[in-house]
Amino acid sequence: MSVEIDREKCVGCRRCHDVCPGSLIKIGSDGKAFIKYPKDCWGCTSCVKECPAHAVRFFLGADIGGMGSVLHIEKNGELLDWVIERYDGENIVVSVDPKESNKY
Amino acid sequence: MVIEKLQTDILIIGGGTAGCYAALTIAERSDANVLICEKANIKRSGCLAAGVNALNAYITDGHTPRDYVEYAKHDADGIVCEDLLLSMSERLNSVTKKLEELGLVILKDENGKYVSRGWRNIKINGENIKPLLAEAVEKLPNVSVMNRINITNLAVENNRVFGAFGFGIESGIFYIIEAKAIIVATGGAAGLYKPRNPGFSRHKTWYPPFNTGAGYAMGIRAGAEMTSFEMRFIALRCKDTIAPTGTLAQGAGAKQVNSLGEIYENEYGLTTSQRVFGTTSENLAGRGPCYLQTKGISADLESDLMKAYLNMAPSQTLRWIESGSPLRQNVEIEGTEPYIVGGHTASGYWVDDNRATTVEGLFACGDVAGGCPQKYVTGALAEGEIAGISALGYTGLRDKKEIPEELAAKHIAEAEKFLSNGTGLYSTEQLEEAMQTVMDSYAGGIGTGYSFNEKQLDIAEERISRLETLSNELRAEDFHELMFIYELRERLTICESVIAHLRARRETRWAGFSHNLDHKEKDEKFGKLFVNSRLENGEIKIILRDISKRQVRDDER
Ligand SMILES: Cc1cc2nc3c(=O)[nH]c(=O)nc-3n(C[C@H](O)[C@H](O)[C@H](O)COP(=O)(O)OP(=O)(O)OC[C@H]3O[C@@H](n4cnc5c(N)ncnc54)[C@H](O)[C@@H]3O)c2cc1C
Ligand code: SF4
Ligand code: SF4
Repeated sequence: MSVEIDREKCVGCRRCHDVCPGSLIKIGSDGKAFIKYPKDCWGCTSCVKECPAHAVRFFLGADIGGMGSVLHIEKNGELLDWVIERYDGENIVVSVDPKESNKY
Repeated sequence: MVIEKLQTDILIIGGGTAGCYAALTIAERSDANVLICEKANIKRSGCLAAGVNALNAYITDGHTPRDYVEYAKHDADGIVCEDLLLSMSERLNSVTKKLEELGLVILKDENGKYVSRGWRNIKINGENIKPLLAEAVEKLPNVSVMNRINITNLAVENNRVFGAFGFGIESGIFYIIEAKAIIVATGGAAGLYKPRNPGFSRHKTWYPPFNTGAGYAMGIRAGAEMTSFEMRFIALRCKDTIAPTGTLAQGAGAKQVNSLGEIYENEYGLTTSQRVFGTTSENLAGRGPCYLQTKGISADLESDLMKAYLNMAPSQTLRWIESGSPLRQNVEIEGTEPYIVGGHTASGYWVDDNRATTVEGLFACGDVAGGCPQKYVTGALAEGEIAGISALGYTGLRDKKEIPEELAAKHIAEAEKFLSNGTGLYSTEQLEEAMQTVMDSYAGGIGTGYSFNEKQLDIAEERISRLETLSNELRAEDFHELMFIYELRERLTICESVIAHLRARRETRWAGFSHNLDHKEKDEKFGKLFVNSRLENGEIKIILRDISKRQVRDDER
């Protein structure tokens, strides 16, 4: 279970670092974020939700059936767009309205 | 090492669900100074980080708090403190109202009534529940929050607490904190047992891997009485992602089926432990894998489920999109590794109705507090409220007491030793894996189908004690690694208690959660007893307590 951080895209806002419940994300000497303990990630996606630059991407480890797809989140007005780049190239977007309750 | 001394009226250790609510409670009632020390950052720390799917504890119309007590008692097969359950249940609805005021989205019908799932569960959008609590806490003028501070020990003398020790994992500062009263709210303990996925995804656990049981360990070392560590919790979860199954089972009505397509859940029963037991048994009998039968659900339901899981366990939605949706295939389920978690089962501090522990000035709430299972989010909030009120009352009676220098020096020296030890043969990671393997093989982990016998427990005890000795030699390169060492040592301390408790309950009460192969049946005698313990002169002393003494409150007699 883990995230990867694209250092090209990172703008150094530190928000992913601030929210991680495991303190796993650190800021390098270049001011950009990196995940110091990838095997310790819980997969909560808090960091993914924070990143304004879509630099943090979440994936399933191969040991738990991961096939190479990655997920990031984009704010779309009031909605949260969960963007899944599937391993086969297809992009799937699931829009979630934070004001809408779960129905089950 | 840089050393700083802090003073406050009330110290809250752990700014999670219960800890944040205790702070809100105190601030509403007084201008006492409160300091929250949180090892991560309160914005997303603890159980609520990813969000939750529902409020699992709520009293709907036509039901009473007593009904909730009865339900929890039945689920735990009698091993509960009814007084604690009742005082918690009475507050479930008022804390829910408060959550709604803070901004939590709760589903309502056309008459403005909450929509329930069953009689004690209401539907919400729980994705942002932790940021909502954290924002409310950050606005309070008399509450200071210190993030990335790992608290390791309590300052206790003559059975009274007057402070705590800890260090900043990023600042590298060692803190000596003096307080009139302390509320411990560090949650439960994950990572004692070898996880389902021991490799790259070793932290894809149900319970947060960052809740390492610090509060239990501090209390054990300080001589506090603890209860029910033998009542471990094993969650029934979606395979690999460890995502919750309640939304599929109770919410969408999916049944538990084996690989032959037979519905097996009715054969074993529907309590939490029976659901796990059924699944483990079907696997052992060669009828695995087991599934929740979702195949053929409607497309609308499927789309709702995709969203619902994004709000609490996003890996499950990613999984469905990657390898096939719940409409096309059933969802495989299995039991997790065992956890110690007082909000689901009853392990933790032995507390009275005010959530006072047996150490004077020390209060406990949420998953770290024992005797009161099935708390869930709202129960943790309710206990935070009770502990907050009690701690506040206590500070009115007490003056501050200084932490003696020798005591502080001892704790500083311990931390400094780990930072200056030479590089030894073993790393913290290696000893952690060793601990998890020992617990898995000899103390009823996944490897043995959650079963054990007394001879195995003896081996577990001996090996855990050896690992404890080895951990003295560990080296930390920085304060984050220092935290890893303390976390390991906390877990080792808890493992010792778990082993002692498993041995002391000479029966098998919760078959799904643990199977005592020397005592395979339930024993009436133990149905009337709590297994409690206290550390005395370095030895774990088992105390058997009569359950009937904790049944009714004076005003109900
Ligand atoms: C994945 C998951 C999903 C859940 N879903 C639901 C649900 O849908 N509905 C429901 O009602 N309940 C749910 N629950 C249960 C509920 O969330 C918990 O019972 C409740 O949040 C526990 O609250 P707590 O305050 O005891 O622990 P937490 O909220 O975890 O707080 C403990 C805090 O202490 C901090 N801490 C730990 N050690 C230290 C230390 N040494 N120093 C300083 N700080 C420390 C932690 O970082 C954390 O912030 C879920 C639990 C989990 C794990
Ligand atoms: S997913 Fe959660 S645990 Fe993992 S790095 Fe991001 S914030 Fe930390
Ligand atoms: S949130 Fe995104 S942009 Fe900000 S520091 Fe993290 S990776 Fe960089």
